[in-house]
Amino acid sequence: MITSKRLTTGVAIALATLAAGLGTAIPAAADEAPAAPSPKVELVLDVSGSMRTRDIDGQSRMAAAKQAFNDVLDAVPEQVQLGIRTLGANYPGEDREVGCKDTRQLYPVGPLDRTEAKTAVATLAPTGFTPIGPALLGAADDLEGGEGSRRIVLITDGEDTCGPLDPCEVAREIAARGTHLVVDTLGLVPNAKIRQQLTCIAEATGGTYTAVQHKEELSGRVKQLVDRAAEPTVTPVATEGAKSCSAAPALKPGLYTDRAKIAQHRWYRVDVLPGQELRASASVAADRAVDEDYGVLLRAVTVHGREIVRGSEAGAGRTDVISSGLRYPKAEVADGDDGDGKPAAETVCLQLAHSFSAPASVKRSPGLPVELTVDLVDGPGDASDVAAFGLGRGWWLLGALVLTGLVAGLLTGWLSRWRVAVWRTN
Amino acid sequence: MRTPIRRARGVRRALTGALLAGLTLLTTASPASPAFADGPSAGAGPSGDSAGPTEAGTTFRTATALAQGQTGTAQASTGDYLYWVFPADAGQRPTVEATVKLPENAARRSASTWQIDVYDGLRRRQACAYGHQTRKAGAEAATVELSCALRPVRAWSDPWANEPLPGSYYVRLTVVDLPADQLGLPIGAEVRPTVKEVGGAHDVDGTLSEPLVPGVSVASAGDDDGAGASAAPRTVAAGEPEDGWASGRWTDRWLWTVGGGVLAALAAVFGYSLTRGRGRPSHVPPGV
Repeated sequence: MITSKRLTTGVAIALATLAAGLGTAIPAAADEAPAAPSPKVELVLDVSGSMRTRDIDGQSRMAAAKQAFNDVLDAVPEQVQLGIRTLGANYPGEDREVGCKDTRQLYPVGPLDRTEAKTAVATLAPTGFTPIGPALLGAADDLEGGEGSRRIVLITDGEDTCGPLDPCEVAREIAARGTHLVVDTLGLVPNAKIRQQLTCIAEATGGTYTAVQHKEELSGRVKQLVDRAAEPTVTPVATEGAKSCSAAPALKPGLYTDRAKIAQHRWYRVDVLPGQELRASASVAADRAVDEDYGVLLRAVTVHGREIVRGSEAGAGRTDVISSGLRYPKAEVADGDDGDGKPAAETVCLQLAHSFSAPASVKRSPGLPVELTVDLVDGPGDASDVAAFGLGRGWWLLGALVLTGLVAGLLTGWLSRWRVAVWRTN
Repeated sequence: MRTPIRRARGVRRALTGALLAGLTLLTTASPASPAFADGPSAGAGPSGDSAGPTEAGTTFRTATALAQGQTGTAQASTGDYLYWVFPADAGQRPTVEATVKLPENAARRSASTWQIDVYDGLRRRQACAYGHQTRKAGAEAATVELSCALRPVRAWSDPWANEPLPGSYYVRLTVVDLPADQLGLPIGAEVRPTVKEVGGAHDVDGTLSEPLVPGVSVASAGDDDGAGASAAPRTVAAGEPEDGWASGRWTDRWLWTVGGGVLAALAAVFGYSLTRGRGRPSHVPPGV
């Protein structure tokens, strides 16, 4: 199979060369899936009063952000649907209640009209509070629908003091909706509280946190994040593992996501035909403040509970994810014992357990994000010997062979001389 | 479909091959193997492509693909987890070298510890046989250099073993120890996976039907695959090595074994001739 793939690649390369020679863009176009879901990005900009502060390269934070937005809007890749949401842009008053609901979609998520978007950004003036939580919720709603990847880029200079909605919890909730949403955060002020809040938001969704100190950093980073959204990725399928194998969902080859709570393990099932090899790997992400020592265990178990093979990993210290995997080649059966000519598939139960723990203050729900890949390929060629084809190698082998040959030659020679001598005497 | 014989790529393999094939050639009329004939041209190994990708992924799923010998760069923030993926084949010993350009001293006031981890196509962590996998950078350091040399990749292993197998290898670069107030500062990262041919000493029997590349079965199965395979684009994580995956049929053990056989035959002829003297003396008439 490997070889045939190689041949295909060769053909593909030949075609690509041909196409390039003709000056067309055929291979590029062919690479794009027919209806690739377009990635969606929403930029969430803090327009609170504090954005007036002039501390980014001598400019106000707002001016730096506007300039960065202009740069970014110019460079947005074609396929990306971009939207802009503001927080704290409209309510200038002092009423906390009202100010903490102040978030508005400035430019709807969709194909980008650069001029229109730029005009909308230009109208912004630093005004109100910093309701990050509601803004994230709003942004998640804006990005609803479609199959593509979703990304929120949050640019802020203040922590969310609105409460009771902890923006970090909000981020975790929206990430757990199964919409593969990533929140990247950019902090404009190097302040411990803001950093803590923004890293927490980023961590909860698998995003990144950047502390911005200069104008170029801001536009460069936002551009990078928007481009990252445009990268084609495989979208996993949401599944829900069960508490026991009998109730577990049956998985086909593919990429899956799930949530596993702390101190909870998950079961999945895969049907493996004789002569096939099951490959499974699982990773559990640490999306909240977990304790320093952790581990993961992935077991392949028969329906009767006998363990076939396991993959396990443990770790300590800072991490985003802990992962392990296993291979289970199921032997060919000597001529099927089945009813209808096809050998019956074996149901293999996959148990995923992890040993993340967290301080009592950390929320347990939703569970930690799990990513599971399942592959079924043909079984491996059997090894009948340690060395390839049982062949030998090295100077000892050569020495032994030469010595054997020499001894054999001498013996043959002496033997034939002796036989001639015996024959002569008779 | 006939499998093309794996090309001998390693210099060492080529040398050994040359030695043995030379021996074979000296004594018999048998030609050197076609695989060997390809050796010198393909022996250069890494592509030496300098224009590598300038982005890094942030998860296993989004890891940026690198070719062997290609340098991937990325601008990132301290605290990011950066992922790359590259292919490695049987008989190769992958080594990953990474350089991190630390934030300028103005913004940075304390030491940090950086680490690279290498995972195989099953996301199993692979041990570094040697190299500076983890390194502490002092407060004054401008860069920190990391490296990780894996064990040689084998063509086959028990399912219960954790040997490196042919397939994708993920590299994760991150800071593991850093004061919280140093998070989010700009860094530059550079990663270069290289492979060294280790020769036939590690050639084991058996092969995998497919390299350990995640999603390989979905990629080859097409779209008749039911629920698991959605309409989403399926990208195979890492490309192939430069000249495709090895078929597992070529190993320099063939040369050693065949060469050994030939030498043994010669030794046998030599030994036989020792017992016969210099042949029939010329003055003895035939038939006596």
